[in-house]
Amino acid sequence: MMRYLVPLAVFVVLVGFLWKGLQLNPGEVPSPLIDKPAPAFSLPQLGDQTQKLATADLRGKVWLLNVWASWCESCRAEHPVLLQFAKTGEVPIYGLDYKDSREDASRWLQQFGNPYVASGFDGDGQVGIDYGVYGVPETYIIDGNGVIRHKHIGPITVQVLQDEIVPLVRKLKG
Amino acid sequence: MKRTIALMLLLLSWSLAAGAKEAAPVMGDPVLQERVMKLAGELRCLVCQGESLAESHSDFAADMLRKIRELIEQGKSDQEVKDYLVQRYGDFILYRPPLTSMTALVWFGPLILFVAGAGLLIFNLRRRRTRVTEAPLSEEEQARVKNLLNEGDSKA
Repeated sequence: MMRYLVPLAVFVVLVGFLWKGLQLNPGEVPSPLIDKPAPAFSLPQLGDQTQKLATADLRGKVWLLNVWASWCESCRAEHPVLLQFAKTGEVPIYGLDYKDSREDASRWLQQFGNPYVASGFDGDGQVGIDYGVYGVPETYIIDGNGVIRHKHIGPITVQVLQDEIVPLVRKLKG
Repeated sequence: MKRTIALMLLLLSWSLAAGAKEAAPVMGDPVLQERVMKLAGELRCLVCQGESLAESHSDFAADMLRKIRELIEQGKSDQEVKDYLVQRYGDFILYRPPLTSMTALVWFGPLILFVAGAGLLIFNLRRRRTRVTEAPLSEEEQARVKNLLNEGDSKA
C-alpha cells in the first residue's frame, strides 16, 4: 500500500505547487519598498513648471501615486478608470510623468482628460528608478506617514479598484 | 512535413536574428564598460526576465546600464551598486539570490533531495539484502537438484 501512497502524496504536493505557480503572474515582481518610507522627491509640475510636486507636502494624507507616460499604451487603457475614480473623491491621485516630453504629456492630458491633482515631471526617470518602476503604469498607495502600503503593477481596472485599492484606502483613512 | 520543416527553419532564423541584436553599447572607457557589463551580466532584466541586463536590449535594461555606469563613475563599489538596485527592485534583480530564510530552500533543496534519495536507496538496498537470505537446501532438495541436472545432461 505504502509503495503507492508515497508517490501519490509526492505527486499531489507537486501538482499543488505547480497549480499555484500557474496562477501567479511572473511579470509582477514584489516591491521591496512595501511598508517602507516612500522615496522623497520634489519635482517640477507638469503644467506649471514653477510649482513643485513634493512628497513632503503630502504628509498627513493618504494618496495615490500613479506612474504614467504619454507613450504608454496600457496607460491609455487605465485612463478612463482613473478619471472615473478621481471624480468619486475617494483619494487624491497624483501623477508621475515618467520619461516623457512635456509637450506630449500635456497634449495627452488635454486630449484624454486629467485625473491628477498634479503630476510631477520625471523626464529622465530618476524618481522612477528610486521607486523601482520597471513597467508603466504602476500605482502606489502611500499613507499619511509617507509609507508605501501597496503597489499595483499594470493598468488599474474597476476590478483592481474594488478588490485592492478602495478597501485599503478606506482602511488607511480609518 | 515540408511545411513543418519550413516553419521550423523560419522560427529558427527569427530566433537567431533576435539573438544577434545586442544591448546598446556603453560608450567610452573600455575598462569601465567591461566592469559595467560584467556587473550587468549578474543582474536580471525585470521586463524580459529570461535575460540579464547585459543581454537585454529593452529600454529598461538601457536605463539600468546607464545608472550602473553613473554609480560606478561616482566611485561606488560593485556591491554598493547591487545594493542600490536591490533596495529599489528587490532581490529578484540578482541572478544569484542571497541566502535568506526565503531562499534557503532554493539553496539547499537540491542537497536535501540528494541526501533523501541516497538515504532511501541505501535503506532499500539493505532491506533487500536481509530479505533474500540464503537458506541451505535440505537433503531432499539436494537430491532433486542433482536429479534435474543429470536429466539435462542425459538429454544432450
